[in-house]
Amino acid sequence: MKNKSLVSINDFTREEHIRILDLAHAFEKRPNQRILEDYVVATLFFEPSTRTRLSFESAATRLGARVIGFSDSTSSSVTKGESLRDTILTISNYCDLIVMRHPREGSARFASEVASVPVINAGDGANQHPTQTLLDMYSIRKTQGSLDNLNVAFVGDLKYGRTVHSLVQALCNYKTTFHLVSPPELKLPSSVKISIKQKNLEYSQFTDLQEIIPKVDILYMTRIQKERFSDPLDYEKVKNAYVLRNSMLEGSKPNMKIMHPLPRVNEITTDVDENPQAYYFTQALNGVFVRQALLASILGVVE
Amino acid sequence: MEKEILRKELKVSAIENGTVIDHIPSGSVFQVIKILDLAGYENQLLLATNLDSRKMGKKGIIKVSNKFFKSHEINKIALVAPSATLILIKNYEVIEKKKVEVPNIAENIVKCFNPNCITNSEEISTRFTVIDKKELKLKCHYCEKITAGENVSFR
Repeated sequence: MKNKSLVSINDFTREEHIRILDLAHAFEKRPNQRILEDYVVATLFFEPSTRTRLSFESAATRLGARVIGFSDSTSSSVTKGESLRDTILTISNYCDLIVMRHPREGSARFASEVASVPVINAGDGANQHPTQTLLDMYSIRKTQGSLDNLNVAFVGDLKYGRTVHSLVQALCNYKTTFHLVSPPELKLPSSVKISIKQKNLEYSQFTDLQEIIPKVDILYMTRIQKERFSDPLDYEKVKNAYVLRNSMLEGSKPNMKIMHPLPRVNEITTDVDENPQAYYFTQALNGVFVRQALLASILGVVE
Repeated sequence: MEKEILRKELKVSAIENGTVIDHIPSGSVFQVIKILDLAGYENQLLLATNLDSRKMGKKGIIKVSNKFFKSHEINKIALVAPSATLILIKNYEVIEKKKVEVPNIAENIVKCFNPNCITNSEEISTRFTVIDKKELKLKCHYCEKITAGENVSFR
């Protein structure tokens, strides 16, 4: 994976995904190793995403790398009208790897073609966020022991959530049974469903959250955003139907874990946080190990 | 019949050697010229639009002297002129007739339908994988969104 950019989850093979998860496991056991002392990592955040940026910077810093960059475009030359191409060409000279978040779809692919150093996509508009997908896969494997033969429920906004789309596509490489829970307006798009069908995997669609809880190993919650609805009344009708409360978890499988890409607003009530099945904060921590694995293997310091 | 051919020849004279691109939708003639980069062509170039056509109602035609296109060059025009016929001429004789074929990759011809795609804000050549040739479904190499059917427009 040395010098290979990661723009889209499908840029890496199934074997490469597994390799990253195995490496992440090693970093979880020993997170502080100064193996990237000779490297400079640039984090270019053309739109703010504090959580993702700090996770990358924590990963780089724990491995001894130095980090340069900016946290939103107002502090960069973009406000002076510089093209993305010129920004990337210039910053390529200053670093060994670029981590980039940008509001436009396709920006990361373009940057990877222009840059003389590898690029890790930390989110390009509504398109891809592959490190989130890998940390989700890591969290699932860690809590369930395997990625195969699992019942995974996705709940909430399945239409617009890029996190959901990428994870569904990644899990299609394994024997996954999908349970898709959403209001009819926010169903999983057919362009994503086609991946499930191509692999002949089982899936079913629901509108009721409660009925699927006893069936699943992973309950992946997402936020339903008001601005997705053209009619505010439609939002009012569904806004409380996809809120997870602790009382709803009775009868769930003991191994079941609740995941969420965060930030959470109100779709998981805070009384769930105390439940040992709540996994979303540990899931965020796992992101650091996965990003350590990616930095180390793309910079070529581990095989 | 004789008369009709004669009349057509008066409108767009015959070429001795080269390629005739016939049955172009009238509105696409100038796009075809742009795609094939013929605006600065240094040989004889004859073109006509809004000719009567039994097949199409109105059609356009382009005659390019002393030029024989490679198939990957000419197939680019299939996206704007799927009905086009190519006629290769040598010594005023038709030596081959063929249809254009939609290519597997469309490079810098189509505009991405997604307004938030980076190709619509930076100076970048667009690039699409053609995932359905019949219904013309194109997947953007950059934003990964699909531009299809009536949403296909040209740069």
